[in-house]
Amino acid sequence: MKASDTVPGPRAEDQLPHSTQAAAKIVIVGGFGVGKTTMVGSVSEIKPLTTEETMTQAGIGVDDNFGSASKTATTVAMDFGRIRISDEVVLYLFGTPGQERFWFLWNGLFEGALGAVVLVDTRRLEVSFEVMGRLEERGVPFVVAVNTFPDAPRYAIEDLRQALDLTPEIPIIECDARRRASSRDVLMTLMRFLQALMAANGTLT
Amino acid sequence: MTPPQRHRRRPASDPPSTPVPSPRHTPGGTGQDEEPKKPERLYTITGPDGDRAQLDLVTLIVARADPPASAPPEEAAVLRLCASPLSVAELSAYLRLPFSAMTVLLTDMLAAGTVHARAPIVRQQLPDRSLLEAVMHGLERL
Repeated sequence: MKASDTVPGPRAEDQLPHSTQAAAKIVIVGGFGVGKTTMVGSVSEIKPLTTEETMTQAGIGVDDNFGSASKTATTVAMDFGRIRISDEVVLYLFGTPGQERFWFLWNGLFEGALGAVVLVDTRRLEVSFEVMGRLEERGVPFVVAVNTFPDAPRYAIEDLRQALDLTPEIPIIECDARRRASSRDVLMTLMRFLQALMAANGTLT
Repeated sequence: MTPPQRHRRRPASDPPSTPVPSPRHTPGGTGQDEEPKKPERLYTITGPDGDRAQLDLVTLIVARADPPASAPPEEAAVLRLCASPLSVAELSAYLRLPFSAMTVLLTDMLAAGTVHARAPIVRQQLPDRSLLEAVMHGLERL
């Protein structure tokens, strides 16, 4: 740790007003390389930041340091961005690794989130299966966003719904995570879905 | 071309509990066929866990006073950065501290009364749809 005055902070224009009372979060989850960080960056009003967690992990099937140590320190990183909603509320977006075993590293990452966006790549659709299953088990509401890569197979939305075994009410939308308007549409779709859930159930749990 | 097929799951009947970190030492060696072990945080908390668990990634931290000259560098940095509200996640990023280490530092500072915490909005306690509407209005302005 260097002297405190060398620690960078938010730019003056990025400081939240004192009236900001509370923050909410949305999680963007998907496999490696699916575009989570791209989506966070395209809608965030601040330059995306990274929070890390360091953990120990048994060295499984990798170089075993000649048997001297069975554990290695591993750093798991999560990129996030921020959108000011009003003078009282701020929204954070977290691009989260798809592997559930990392999720516990950040308290309440999914439990407290308003909802989740599962970002999928049709070239590797099955990478997202486990994530969706885990969210279903945890009762976390989610929408599916298909990041359209130029060389990826295109499926009709209803074929995707069948393949992903999603109920009719769960929105599936195509997006281009690089574009702010497109990523914003994904978030709007999630919010409308949450509204519908709340209208139907009176709660989001 | 047919996409691969998934099968939907149901919510677990038992609400998911906080996963328990695996024991530090597993007897019986490390055979090649063993399942990958659940990772554990390198930084662990020695005190009661309750205080730390209250700090979410998006709990907002606000300084209550200017940093005293005697404050350690990390605390002085937190107090300076939190002159306006800042999330625990942002503090972790700016100070380059792992999230868990950040919560340890903040737990101490909350206990000492040098910072305030503003609790996050969480799904389970959403009172009504007005917040969702506010978020949509905010997104429309992007």
